[in-house]
Amino acid sequence: MAPEVLPKPRMRGLLARRLRNHMAVAFMLSLGVAALYKFRVADQRKKAYADFYRNYDVMKDFEEMRKAGIFQSVK
Amino acid sequence: MLPRAAWSLVLRKGGGGRRGMHSSEGTTHGGGKMSPYTNCYAQRYYPMPEEPFCTELNAEQQALKEKEKGSWTQLTHAEKVALYRLQFNETFAEMNRRSNEWKTVMGCVFFFIGFAALVIWWQRVYVFPPKPITLTDEWKAQQLQRMLDMKVNPVQGLASRWDYEKKQWKK
Repeated sequence: MAPEVLPKPRMRGLLARRLRNHMAVAFMLSLGVAALYKFRVADQRKKAYADFYRNYDVMKDFEEMRKAGIFQSVK
Repeated sequence: MLPRAAWSLVLRKGGGGRRGMHSSEGTTHGGGKMSPYTNCYAQRYYPMPEEPFCTELNAEQQALKEKEKGSWTQLTHAEKVALYRLQFNETFAEMNRRSNEWKTVMGCVFFFIGFAALVIWWQRVYVFPPKPITLTDEWKAQQLQRMLDMKVNPVQGLASRWDYEKKQWKK
């Protein structure tokens, strides 16, 4: 063999170490994705709907659609 | 780690010998001469074959095999390496070496995708019938106008992007 002795490699607990590392990474990733979704998608959507309906006038909308001629029941 | 192992396994299948068919008879031709080396090499998924790599041993190799039957601490480093080379074709490091096969594979894949694209283009010009009326530009414009009049998806979708005062898309 070579003159100098190599250090003995890790013989045990390889799967456990792999699982532990992957578990931590997966946990962080899931937390990150969930947080991103909550802030960028869910909250934005709620805000968009709230803003839309705050000053929404149904009858004005209806009149615009009627004038555009899309209804069959009213002209 | 795991997908890399599977991928490198696929790459290396082209390199080593194939298992099975020839290993037991050892490629006997008409003259009945056994080749000194088997066809069945060790692989990562088959690390300990039944037959040693080199079966025909000359005199000094047979002497070495006799010495192997004794205590292994008596063997020198060079003898241990020689015994390994008798038993196995390649070391793990040699067997696991990378190759440039992926470049060939990717090149052929892209080439055939490009060829298919040319064929489809030719079909578009010479084979396909004219578009149905609902896919013509005039019809699609009228369809879009009707959707805007109906205020489709006014909160976050189509009608929310249209400026009804200026009659244009919002910037």
